[in-house]
Amino acid sequence: MLKILMSDIGRLFERLSSVGTLYLPIEGGGQTAFAPWRAGADVQLDRVNTDLSVKGLFFPQTEDIAFFKREGKKISVLPSSDPDEPFAVFGVRACDVRGLEVLDKVFLDDPAHMDTFYKGRRENGALIALACSSPAETCFCGAFGVDLAEPSGDVAAWIVDNTLYWEAKTQRGERLTEAVRPVMAEQSGTSAVDASKKAARDALAAAPLASLKDSLSAWGANDMLTLFSSPLWANLSMSCVGCGTCTYVCPTCQCYDVQDFDTGHGVTRFRCWDSCMYSDFTLMASGNPRKTQLERFRQRFMHKLVYFPEKYGGMFSCTGCGRCLSKCPVSMNIAKVIKAVGGVENG
Amino acid sequence: MQNVRELMIKKAGEMLSSGEVYGVLAWERGDFACDQTPALFTSPESLSRLAYDEFTAPMLSKYLINEAKKPNEGKKVMVFLKPCDTYNFGHLLSEHKVERDRVYAVGVACSGIFSREKTLLEKCLACKGMEFHHCDEVIGGEGKITWDKLDRFAGVEMIESMTPSERFEFWRGELSRCIRCNACRNVCPVCSCVKCVFDNPGSGVMSKSNADEFEENMFHIIRAFHVAGRCTDCGECSRVCPRNIPLHLLNRKFIKDVNALFGPYQAGASLDDASPLTSYSVNDPEPGYKDKAKGGERVA
Amino acid sequence: MPVESAFQPKIAAFCCNWCSYAGADLAGSSRLSYPADVKIIRVPCSCRVNPLFILRAFQRGADGVIICGCHPGDCHYTSGNYFARRRAALLFSMLDYLGVESGRTRVEWVSAAEGQKFAATMNDFAKTVASLGKCRRIGDLRCRTSES
Repeated sequence: MLKILMSDIGRLFERLSSVGTLYLPIEGGGQTAFAPWRAGADVQLDRVNTDLSVKGLFFPQTEDIAFFKREGKKISVLPSSDPDEPFAVFGVRACDVRGLEVLDKVFLDDPAHMDTFYKGRRENGALIALACSSPAETCFCGAFGVDLAEPSGDVAAWIVDNTLYWEAKTQRGERLTEAVRPVMAEQSGTSAVDASKKAARDALAAAPLASLKDSLSAWGANDMLTLFSSPLWANLSMSCVGCGTCTYVCPTCQCYDVQDFDTGHGVTRFRCWDSCMYSDFTLMASGNPRKTQLERFRQRFMHKLVYFPEKYGGMFSCTGCGRCLSKCPVSMNIAKVIKAVGGVENG
Repeated sequence: MQNVRELMIKKAGEMLSSGEVYGVLAWERGDFACDQTPALFTSPESLSRLAYDEFTAPMLSKYLINEAKKPNEGKKVMVFLKPCDTYNFGHLLSEHKVERDRVYAVGVACSGIFSREKTLLEKCLACKGMEFHHCDEVIGGEGKITWDKLDRFAGVEMIESMTPSERFEFWRGELSRCIRCNACRNVCPVCSCVKCVFDNPGSGVMSKSNADEFEENMFHIIRAFHVAGRCTDCGECSRVCPRNIPLHLLNRKFIKDVNALFGPYQAGASLDDASPLTSYSVNDPEPGYKDKAKGGERVA
Repeated sequence: MPVESAFQPKIAAFCCNWCSYAGADLAGSSRLSYPADVKIIRVPCSCRVNPLFILRAFQRGADGVIICGCHPGDCHYTSGNYFARRRAALLFSMLDYLGVESGRTRVEWVSAAEGQKFAATMNDFAKTVASLGKCRRIGDLRCRTSES
């Protein structure tokens, strides 16, 4: 384990940015989001959680797939090249690291149908995860088996009493460690961070949503059709305004649409995030199989809590990051859904 | 507020028990501050879960569009409206999106709404006033503004005083954060078209993301323009923006211009006035003339 | 003769069918000159101009957009131009508010008999827009070609 004083953290960032673009949680417009580091940037390492997840760095909201150019009768297709720029992300929380593990299942699990854009970024992006010390009231990562105090990633970091502790977890993490070693000091043993880990876990256990795990077990006890046809969906979805906030701030929502844009001198084909909450999601020539907000709303939660675990060995596609709880315009969210279906009253 | 909540529960209980209304649109409690959800209460027993406090932010008028259409033997739906929401209610009535005789509207006293960070919301700082409109009844009486009121148009004037380049930079900084979640649009009681131009594959501008700076600008100009002259300035768009974009500065620019160019107008206050963009006067100022007071001087 | 290399702005002119389009016709048949980069888009009435048309023109590379219609009181449909006037006043003010220079947008009333006014308006507008240079604030990067 290595360590560095927080007052010297700029030197660590400098070393990391020499390896490739370094993304950090940076404050701007009253919000925190992952943005490229430059000296003097307002880096926020205390705040839980960033307003946008780390998802966008690996799976951008819009990304060009190909450009079609027409010359006379000939149409040429110029595909976008796979990303190969090395970069590092510092300050990713345990829930967001899990979010990427969920995306890995979707985009990389099937060797015959790998998403090469996502793959290119995953292979070139190093994750320096930062353990949480004080979870927010909206946090419930524990319900999905995420340990906020022991994040996975290439490197795990802890901040305790103005010192940052650094531990490599993968080979790529080891290589990063060699790059930053000159500015850091050695620390033997893990005793320095053990107390902090315990405090963080205790704080999560005392958070308002700590008991969500118990409600979640009621989901597993029911079969899919029972959950799908539950009369509860009508009441739960009643308040949903059908915006895409929850899906766009979510670290695991991975649905996208492929669209063409006529530039006047060619056509750009791009993909962009889509949201199952939108009325034109699943729209096809024959109409839309999900006609009401109830059906769209149900889809989002059934996908995260039932279909996804069914397909990927029990892995939920919710990480408990709490963003949808704090961002939903009407405060209808996955925690309320889990509890209602699990037979627990809110509040 | 506790007292107001008890009065609300009492009234709602009476109306449900007597069968005068089939349901009550109110707020259901959540797990922490700012976690209350709009809900339809249909039994007196469920009312113990009704919440109303200084963190209860969502507005209920938009839900009337659906609720007041449900057959339910012609019974009314009861709704609680904060003072600013009564303008939205008025607007929905004036556009015939809600039938007045299917609604029992109850105004509820407001003392300002706080964010999760325990600060008063911008829309409350710039409160239009605590009076109620179009209500059948008011619970808790007219509240008082106990804080230093912000001039609604101060922000707009500040931007107007900038050079075009500064204004451009300012809005780039704000609008570039937009993730096109459509929360501003969907939460807006005025934005209630059956099919939005941005969701319509036939419109040529349907898009689900901002693929270019142009689309960020376009979405926000068109969103604000479509509610120009109809926006009641309830401030919901800015409140719900997950990216903290000051959308009220766009809406209030239109409101300020409407007031200056076509005469003072408050959307939703009266059911009889034609909205500024569905009416005209032969003496309207020409576009490009910033205001009548300048005597028609062309602004280059 | 030296080649004119000054910047020629692209201008989208939305002209109502009944007055301004006929005015443009008259300007042409009277051999009055106005810049060739003024692209006329015929609309049934100035009121038909949707704000999206204006934005679309800027998206596709226009440096300035002008709406021309019948004089107030002379609308073929009685009142279309009065509505157009209100909308344009608000929309152009909003574009100015977002930093798109107000010189890039204009409304002018041109009757079928005013070929002279049409040409003069376009010349003057083109001059104003040219002085502001290429519009870089509301175009779409994807629509740009290497020449633009």
